[in-house]
Amino acid sequence: MSDLNSTQKGVFVEFTKGFWKENPIFVMLLGMCPTLAVTTSAINGLTMGLAVVFVLTCSSLIISIVRNIIPKQVRIATFIVIVATFVTMVDLFLKAFLLDLSKALGPFIPLIVVNCIILGRAEAFASKNGVMRSLLDAVGVSLGFTVTLVILGGIREILGMGTFFGMVVLGERFEKWVVMLLPPGAFITLGLLLGAKNIIDRRLAEKRK
Amino acid sequence: MNIRLKMVLILTLFACISGGVLSLVYIVSSPLIEANVLKEQDRSIFLVVPEAKTYDEVEKEAVTYFNCKDESGRTVGIALPAKGNGYQGVIRLMVGLTPDLEKITGVAVLEQVETPGLGGRIAEKDFQDQFKGVITDPAVGWVKNQAPEKKTDIQAVTGATISSRSVVAIINRSIQEIKQVL
Repeated sequence: MSDLNSTQKGVFVEFTKGFWKENPIFVMLLGMCPTLAVTTSAINGLTMGLAVVFVLTCSSLIISIVRNIIPKQVRIATFIVIVATFVTMVDLFLKAFLLDLSKALGPFIPLIVVNCIILGRAEAFASKNGVMRSLLDAVGVSLGFTVTLVILGGIREILGMGTFFGMVVLGERFEKWVVMLLPPGAFITLGLLLGAKNIIDRRLAEKRK
Repeated sequence: MNIRLKMVLILTLFACISGGVLSLVYIVSSPLIEANVLKEQDRSIFLVVPEAKTYDEVEKEAVTYFNCKDESGRTVGIALPAKGNGYQGVIRLMVGLTPDLEKITGVAVLEQVETPGLGGRIAEKDFQDQFKGVITDPAVGWVKNQAPEKKTDIQAVTGATISSRSVVAIINRSIQEIKQVL
């Protein structure tokens, strides 16, 4: 994937792979803490995802630019400084403009610093590839993360509260599945989605044969 | 260049740039963040002491409270920030009291991490509104699965007795504390 030549198609793959083939949650199983903890509603998932989009895109951009001047002995420390800078910016931004969301996400925004998706992409991709490819990779992977979080949060919100992005979708008579909002609901939903993705992948592979 | 020197220099350089950028962001955002905190405080105080138009912060022997006044400057109530443990984590409340501390004029749950859908319902209006007019002497109490008969009681959220009891306990403790200093 990252060893593809720089044809137009090759570059575009860097962007699309994050959504399915190398989806950070379903395939790489990275960033599980925020995935399980904040997806109690679709809006929480979306905000968390967009915060990761900002942090990953900005830090991948900077890291791919400066990758050749960083001595490899201190690369992780330097990456963390860069990532932490952008995370702090997001944290301050949310506190200044979206206080309620900032409270709902609690410590999980500052914890993006140690989110393995970010450091994983920095180490595995941005530190080895040029600016253009690193950007496409970062945006693709983080948007894939966002979409997955919204799906997870959406399912849990619909079944647990009967709403989607705060709008009532299941009527008054719907008995809310409180368990979906609790930690077990996160594991159950994630497990079922992972299984579903694997089934689809297998079917597709069989068809290709 | 000596690799050790280079390591130190590069990391220092990045740390300095990062520090510089973040201080700029902080300078821009900190007034907005402070304004947000104040706005939230205003909203909760005026919610729990509905007659209040202005308030002063008072600190007396480690107890902080807000002296609420109407347009003419008459004290119409006291808003008391309170904090304590719930079922899963810290619950922060704003408690509104009459100036003689005899009656609760309102309670607002500012922060809680109770179980969503069960204990989390202490943040709902129905639960909080029960506290309006509750008598604080000798202590606020709670009952389960029935409407309260005594004027000092509220009804616990069904299935969330611990969270409800915690709210009541936090209120009682802070009223005790303020009674000692006023």
